Amino acid sequence: MTEPVATSNGQRMNGAAGHPSLKAETRGLSFFYGEKAALREVNLPVHERRATALIGPSGCGKSTLLRCFNRMHDLYPDHRYAGEIRLYPDDINLLAPETDPIEARLRIGMVFQKPNPFPKSVFENIAYGLRLRGLRDKTEIAERVERALHDAALWDEVKDRLEDSAYALSGGQQQRLCIARALATEPELLLFDEPTSALDPLATASIEALIGRLKSQVTALIVTHNLQQATRVAEFAAFMYLGELLEFGPTEALFNAPSQKRTEDYLAGRFG
Amino acid sequence: MATSLPRRRRKMESAIEWLLAGAALAAILTTLGIAAVLVGESLPFFRSVSLWRFLTDTQWTPLFADPRFGIGVLLSGTATSSLVALAVAIPCGTALALFLSEFAVGPLRESVKPILELLAGVPTVVFGYFALDVVTPLLQKAWPALPGFNLLSAGLVMGVMIIPYVASLSEDALRAVPMSLREGAYALGATRLQAAWQVVFPAAFSGVAAAYVLGVSRAIGETMIVAIAAGQQPRLTLNPFEPAATVTTYIVQVAKGDVPHGSLGYRTIFAAALALFLLALTFNLAADWIRRRQRLRGRIS
Ligand SMILES: Nc1ncnc2c1ncn2[C@@H]1O[C@H](COP(=O)(O)OP(=O)(O)O)[C@@H](O)[C@H]1O
Ligand SMILES: [Mg+2]
Repeated sequence: MTEPVATSNGQRMNGAAGHPSLKAETRGLSFFYGEKAALREVNLPVHERRATALIGPSGCGKSTLLRCFNRMHDLYPDHRYAGEIRLYPDDINLLAPETDPIEARLRIGMVFQKPNPFPKSVFENIAYGLRLRGLRDKTEIAERVERALHDAALWDEVKDRLEDSAYALSGGQQQRLCIARALATEPELLLFDEPTSALDPLATASIEALIGRLKSQVTALIVTHNLQQATRVAEFAAFMYLGELLEFGPTEALFNAPSQKRTEDYLAGRFG
Repeated sequence: MATSLPRRRRKMESAIEWLLAGAALAAILTTLGIAAVLVGESLPFFRSVSLWRFLTDTQWTPLFADPRFGIGVLLSGTATSSLVALAVAIPCGTALALFLSEFAVGPLRESVKPILELLAGVPTVVFGYFALDVVTPLLQKAWPALPGFNLLSAGLVMGVMIIPYVASLSEDALRAVPMSLREGAYALGATRLQAAWQVVFPAAFSGVAAAYVLGVSRAIGETMIVAIAAGQQPRLTLNPFEPAATVTTYIVQVAKGDVPHGSLGYRTIFAAALALFLLALTFNLAADWIRRRQRLRGRIS
């Protein structure tokens, strides 16, 4: 593994190189579905206001890793975490027993593989996360809904149909709605699990452009099947294989000069 | 082999299709048959009693020397007992369904289900005597003026009887909501209760509404409990603390009595049954309308 470019204690490091500081990192993270280990001793840094891509063959544990960050596994029985996920700057362990998973989810947003809008209007889909955070002021909610829709590049398409059901939107629009839904809550970290795999190339391009623009605001962790996508949107890339993190580094470096044979084979399309 | 298997399968499939179509047809024909008998037998009745009098008279005394035929009297008993029953069955059934589908795990869930099925299997005559001999005396402790026969006790017990139907159908609808929707809510920071009530429940609403309509149908059609515990004298009232006959009570009462076949008194059964049938039909059409409207809004996934 290459050296992480930020200190692991999470101190801001706006040093000479201008390297970003860490937003989060996993330390010796393992995860088990029942007895089956799906992640083994993963140490992954997540740099602030950058996009980090998780790549690797199907079934290598990318989604499993992503879903540890917002404790999504807690919804299902028979799971076990080991190790830590530190969230900075306050340096809490997301996996600690005293960490409330709901607190974690209030700070960490997620966009899923398939768009999953709620059976509510376009407006209410986005307002929902704000209401969960106790926001009651109608004008503030309306403002933040509009801003989120602008940020997700959806406003022009839906501004006249805010009261329509979200199911009336196209697949690409629904996915941008789901991104807007997450953005409205101003998450510190935004998790994407193959956000474009269910979309056509045009919708994919618009979502990639969107992720590119978002990076001034949020830290992104993106699982992707699409290697070009990783090079287009992510500054950092992590290659996973059979539940292990084999290689991590700046995307360019990892793609141009992988240090591991497996990474090289995967990038060359020899498996996966 | 490569070609015969699909062909055989296709034959099998078309046989099954015919079977299913036949079953559907049988259900439709039965319904039409019932409607035809009710209408046919009611026609002579409406030749002697005007529809206007039937709908507006405030007395129901078909067997008296001076007969009066105000169906509203019987409908008021049906409405009152049904409203009491639904006030019990809908909240309890919904809560139970949400509990079973969103909260309960493993052993707890496994033990609640059989109890519900047991409840659904109790003969209604048992519920009737339970209302009369257990619930009414208990209620009389709180309200000593409560008569021995009353709509309240019958309605409450009827509600308990209907809970399993509402709960079980609602639970099916809730379970059919895709997990991805729940994950979406949790990922935003929703608690279990918030996800269940604000996301899963609305997503399942058309199915849940169908469960409610089934509950309504059971309530207005329920006979034994009201016949035993609510008294049998027709009375125009919406007060659950009074005794009153319902449409169904009246029908059993006359059907088991010695009213001569073909007499006007006898035909009142069919007129009353027709009213009940139309009422149930209205509720089902309303449910269908709700479902359709939701589908138009794209709420059914
Ligand atoms: N709910 C589950 N129960 C048991 N095993 C699972 C479950 N989900 C995923 N797995 C297994 O964990 C491994 C990693 O899966 P996943 O994280 O979904 O991979 P990826 O997202 O990289 O395709 C796979 O072997 C998969 O079969
Ligand atoms: Mg995956």
